[in-house]
Amino acid sequence: MAQVYFEDIQEGQEIPQLKKNCSTQQLVMWAAGSGDFYQIHYDKDFAQATGLQGLIVHGALKNAFLGQMLHDWAGQKGQVRRFGCSYRGMDEPAQDIVCRGVVTKKYSDGGKHLVELDVWTEKPDGKKTSPGTAVVALPGKE
Amino acid sequence: MTQAKPSVITEEMRAAVGVDGPPAVLEVEKTNCRMFARAVGHTDPIFYDEAAAKARGYRSIVAPPGFMGTPIFRPGGGGAVPGEMGGRGFSVPYKRVLNGGTDYEYFPDPPDGDVICAGDTITARSKIAGFEETEGSLGPMLITKRETSYTNQDGRVVAKMYGTVIQY
Repeated sequence: MAQVYFEDIQEGQEIPQLKKNCSTQQLVMWAAGSGDFYQIHYDKDFAQATGLQGLIVHGALKNAFLGQMLHDWAGQKGQVRRFGCSYRGMDEPAQDIVCRGVVTKKYSDGGKHLVELDVWTEKPDGKKTSPGTAVVALPGKE
Repeated sequence: MTQAKPSVITEEMRAAVGVDGPPAVLEVEKTNCRMFARAVGHTDPIFYDEAAAKARGYRSIVAPPGFMGTPIFRPGGGGAVPGEMGGRGFSVPYKRVLNGGTDYEYFPDPPDGDVICAGDTITARSKIAGFEETEGSLGPMLITKRETSYTNQDGRVVAKMYGTVIQY
């Protein structure tokens, strides 16, 4: 992906989406990678015994997806300064999770070019399950 | 004004606000950075390949966004384990708990420098930033705001995590 520059960004602009679709294998890999071994994410019997319909995707994994979207957008000369989300709704494995972001503000502070965004993950029906915000530093052209 | 519900926030809980918990040591290792990045599906080689990371000016493989290192495991417990869900040691009349959300903030130095890389040793300290009580669709809730700071081996705070735990 080509480097994005501060001058090219406008408030209200949507950044490139990142589409995910978790296999149960990916949830096990996340359990190992993050250290979160709660069984509702990989043991269907356990999940159903707690009253869930089935397995659910870790909230922190969806947050990390947003981190990936922002890292990839910021490019080699940009940097993710802050990101995060609320865990408002559940997502299931084998279902599309679309990560999206919209620029809400751009400004320069102490020589740094900063961009604020609303970010979220979205289910196929458009429901936002992980709304959040982010701050990304972008390079200037000069 | 109707009669307010009695608060579940005790004096002990109020006294704990702002007090740092015991430090926990996190090791940032190459393999753990790769495992985390692979689980997410990252494609940037700086999360996998040390030569690629160094060629881009980083000290080593970069910790992917949201990865702060691996806590040291000791059989039988012992030592603080930081986490998004920690700090629920108080007696409150709610049985259910949700992780409400998490924000990560990074403090690079120099401003365009790297933050957390493989080889770093991070000391995490968590504290309760505050309690809130609300009445939601699930009934009365206690919301605990937590803040964890991450200090590297040079004594510099490189990141913070802001977490919300909901009990209802």
